[in-house]
Amino acid sequence: MSAPGGARTAPGPDPGVSRPPAALTIVGFVALGLLALPIVGLLQRAPWSALPTVLGESEVLEALRVSLIVSLVATAACVVLGLPLAFVLARRRLRFGRVVRALVMLPMVLPPVVAGTALLFALGRRGLVGQWLDSWFGVSLPFTTAGAVVAAAFVALPFFVVTVEAALRQAGDDLDEAAATLGAGAWSTLLHVTLPTIRPALAAGTALAWARAVGEFGATLTFAGNFPGRTRTLPLETYLALERNPEAAVAISLVLMAVALAVLVTLRDRWMPR
Amino acid sequence: MTVALDGRVVRSGWTLRVDGLEIGEGVTAVVGANGTGKTTLGRAVAGLDRLAGGRLAIAGTVVDDPAAGVYLPAHQRRVGMVFQDLRLFGHLRVVDNVAFGLRRTGTDRTAARRRAGELLERVGVDSGVWSKRPAALSGGQRQRVAIARALAPEPEVLIVDEPLASVDSSGRAGLRALIGESPARHTLLITHDPVDVATLARQLVVLDSGEVASRGSVAEVTARPGCEWAATFLGANVVPGLARGTSVTTQAGLVLAVAAEAEGPVYVTFPAHAVTLHRDRPAGSARNAWQAELERVDIDGERARVHLGGPIKVRADVTRRSADELELHPGLNIWASVKATELTVVT
Repeated sequence: MSAPGGARTAPGPDPGVSRPPAALTIVGFVALGLLALPIVGLLQRAPWSALPTVLGESEVLEALRVSLIVSLVATAACVVLGLPLAFVLARRRLRFGRVVRALVMLPMVLPPVVAGTALLFALGRRGLVGQWLDSWFGVSLPFTTAGAVVAAAFVALPFFVVTVEAALRQAGDDLDEAAATLGAGAWSTLLHVTLPTIRPALAAGTALAWARAVGEFGATLTFAGNFPGRTRTLPLETYLALERNPEAAVAISLVLMAVALAVLVTLRDRWMPR
Repeated sequence: MTVALDGRVVRSGWTLRVDGLEIGEGVTAVVGANGTGKTTLGRAVAGLDRLAGGRLAIAGTVVDDPAAGVYLPAHQRRVGMVFQDLRLFGHLRVVDNVAFGLRRTGTDRTAARRRAGELLERVGVDSGVWSKRPAALSGGQRQRVAIARALAPEPEVLIVDEPLASVDSSGRAGLRALIGESPARHTLLITHDPVDVATLARQLVVLDSGEVASRGSVAEVTARPGCEWAATFLGANVVPGLARGTSVTTQAGLVLAVAAEAEGPVYVTFPAHAVTLHRDRPAGSARNAWQAELERVDIDGERARVHLGGPIKVRADVTRRSADELELHPGLNIWASVKATELTVVT
């Protein structure tokens, strides 16, 4: 029912009572214009006919490959690590619950370049943990594809955790109790009751985390650098292309925007009020 | 074989204390005012709430004993539960809700579904809705599905929490019959419906502010209810009859005038204190009057509970003073009356 722009005013509550003052409405539409303007700008500059050629360039294809690998592996990491974390937050009474929750949310509000810097000092070759990774396993994360995955997972994780935790809280443990009285142990209940019950939230959290991972720029650049074929993802390629070949920058931006729109459509039922 | 509980359960601030409770075979009704711990008692037996102290044994096996470090979790006890809010699995079809318990105990899918179908048939859920989700069913049908689901793994103890609270009157008689036929060795029926007690219960447990106020056979508990709430509750008279419009004909042919219209088999309930006794045929507004034979008088402080035989078995509460004035004694023929507005018709 709802148009993606959300600009329709027709059905809503009784307009006579709840209609905002005129000035508010005007400013509201100005804000809407501000949000729409860049998209229009992009579409207006889009080299529609040259699109296949531009996107077929080897640099772009390589960045696409890196982006897909990095974002998909990072998303998988978010699910594997985020699901247990969401359970801990939703079902355990934590001693420092507020502090823990703030810590989980931090990457959402932290400037990505700060996140990248922090990762460097934690996992870099001289970092807190990184020095041990290096001397014990010979593993060095910075400036590698694995590093780009870590950076993307770091910033995307909270999106998955917050979405799933909210769903777990809402679901409560009523159904888990019912399953227990029917002979289902903890794992069986998790698999056959809890996860199916929160499936929409799992899908939404995964889509959000993936969208965030695809778009990651600052933390990747800082922690993983900008090496073609290894850490140069689509957003990094876009930034570089802006100077070398603006048409390519516009084309890649269109692709990334389409991805973002696709995610929004996936989440339509959950996140777009009807 | 009994369920034996001697212990306490602590739930956010208050405590349920149970001393030497033994629940025998058949249907045991657990009654008490709201918030007295009925559901907590059921949850402790099911293993959803742990004892803070004491011990719980089911059929001779200790399942919870904190001092000895024994605790058998809910899924390892053979205790089924029909929750007050049902808690059907929304993501599963009706038939898979019922098959759930069998699947968890290793029955393969085909066999589990076949058995689930048999149970659904037995509880009277039409096969047309078996592959629907629970949300598509009516309240009464969901209640039946919940009972079938709890019975599927063949529990030794079945706990049914307020089974008729969410069901409209037309489906109650059938559901009540289902609970009465429960194949579980012990059925714990948590209720505050006097008709449930009158028609189903063999034994009774009365809870009052977190403690057992009285327990035993229905007759024993009725004789010494242990608390004011239970005295009123158990004093409620339950008379079966056949309704037509605003009159109900009892089995012995007595016609009672009632305020609400109904059709078909019903129960008429009214509190013991609504019954008045007279030496002579009463005149005036009480249209329901009949001649009864006085069987027994129990004096309890200032209250006299009078047991009447005759066309209907009824209890009447009068003050001790009027009992003296009426010179009540067993064998006396006396007139009883009750106002139509005091009668509640339950299907």
